[in-house]
Amino acid sequence: MLRTLGGIAMLSGLLVVLVYRLTLPIIAENQRVLTEKAVFQVVQGAVMKHDLVLTDQGNLVGADLGAQGIRLYAAYDAAGQLAGVAFPGAARGYQDVIQFLFGYDPDCECIVGSKVLKSTETPGLGDKISTDAEYLKNFEALDARLNPEGTGLANAIVPVKQGTKTQPWEIDAISGATISSNAMARAVNEAAQQVVPAVRRALADLAAPQQEEGR
Amino acid sequence: MAELPNRQETLSLDTFMRGLWEENPVFVMLLGMCPVLAVTNTTINALAMGLATTFVLVCSSLLVSLLRDWIPKQVRIASYIVIIATFVTMVDYGIQAISLELYAALGAFIQLIVANCVILGRAEAYASKQRLHTTLVNSLGMGAGFTLALLSLGTVREVLGSGTLLGIPVFPADFQPWVVMILPPGGFFVLGAWLLLFNWLRLRKEHKARAQLEVSAHAS
Repeated sequence: MLRTLGGIAMLSGLLVVLVYRLTLPIIAENQRVLTEKAVFQVVQGAVMKHDLVLTDQGNLVGADLGAQGIRLYAAYDAAGQLAGVAFPGAARGYQDVIQFLFGYDPDCECIVGSKVLKSTETPGLGDKISTDAEYLKNFEALDARLNPEGTGLANAIVPVKQGTKTQPWEIDAISGATISSNAMARAVNEAAQQVVPAVRRALADLAAPQQEEGR
Repeated sequence: MAELPNRQETLSLDTFMRGLWEENPVFVMLLGMCPVLAVTNTTINALAMGLATTFVLVCSSLLVSLLRDWIPKQVRIASYIVIIATFVTMVDYGIQAISLELYAALGAFIQLIVANCVILGRAEAYASKQRLHTTLVNSLGMGAGFTLALLSLGTVREVLGSGTLLGIPVFPADFQPWVVMILPPGGFFVLGAWLLLFNWLRLRKEHKARAQLEVSAHAS
């Protein structure tokens, strides 16, 4: 009995690993294409982008230099002006980790867009975080000002019960999808606390009009 | 419903056709209703789901049939589930590699194929007792029947709910799509209509058979 179970488990493991290795590069490529498309969705008016990496030391460097860290995208409009910065966020939802891409606009110091990149939330309930128009309005002008020291957000982004949003840094959760909306709020808060200070520090470099890069 | 054979079945056309018609998993046995209702809002989703399920069904049935003499009775369900889960994981990665948009549209239902009772039912009721080649043919038939059922829901719902077929508009521009059809209630409506049709056909056939029997009884 044990031998049979062990044999089946081993066969199963072998097959899964084989398929995983085979499809890994293709999936990574698909993911990249999808993420790049998403950059232009979360930053309105952007037509080109420049890939950046946020290092552990909190510096922003070009992704082509080979540094390790969180990958960000500086997005530029047709005139070559900085339109915004797209940054990823992730948090544990009801089923699994949900991955997002958020757009940050340095002019209004706020989050201006969001997109769910990967989610296995319950269809009809949790997946409303990517379809509910009323809820997504939360992410069109979500306050993300820095505190005076420039180390983090002046007001942490927090979820509140549906219909009780009073401050621009609060997110009106969807009732019936509380866990998923809370996860999204946590993801944007954690990511913004890290990313926004670094972006503000490097703003002078980023704002330099881009001509040749990022096509 | 035909009786499930407990002895080894000899291969015939019926081995395949049963899954399509007489023992259709959706319209006759009413198994696997969760994906049937959930992902049939467009034809392409229905087709992808049907093919994914067929792949898992055929592969896991084959493996179960192959290992049927080695799997002890006490741990058979656990073994079947591990085998099914393996193929589901493979399909999951495969669909991600084909298209992430399709993967997002099918969502959690790909993983949920593990719990699809059509597959576990086939493994328990057929593959664990039958030889390899009849299992292959039978599970292909079941898979085809499942895909056909999904497609018959998917096309109706897409045509009525979005006014398109495979994304191509089929109605004049002033057609107002019945949005309810692509929402969950639409799934129940269309499934109900198909079941009505299938049951009516079945009853008519039984009626005819009985009438014929009476006629021949009178004649003798």
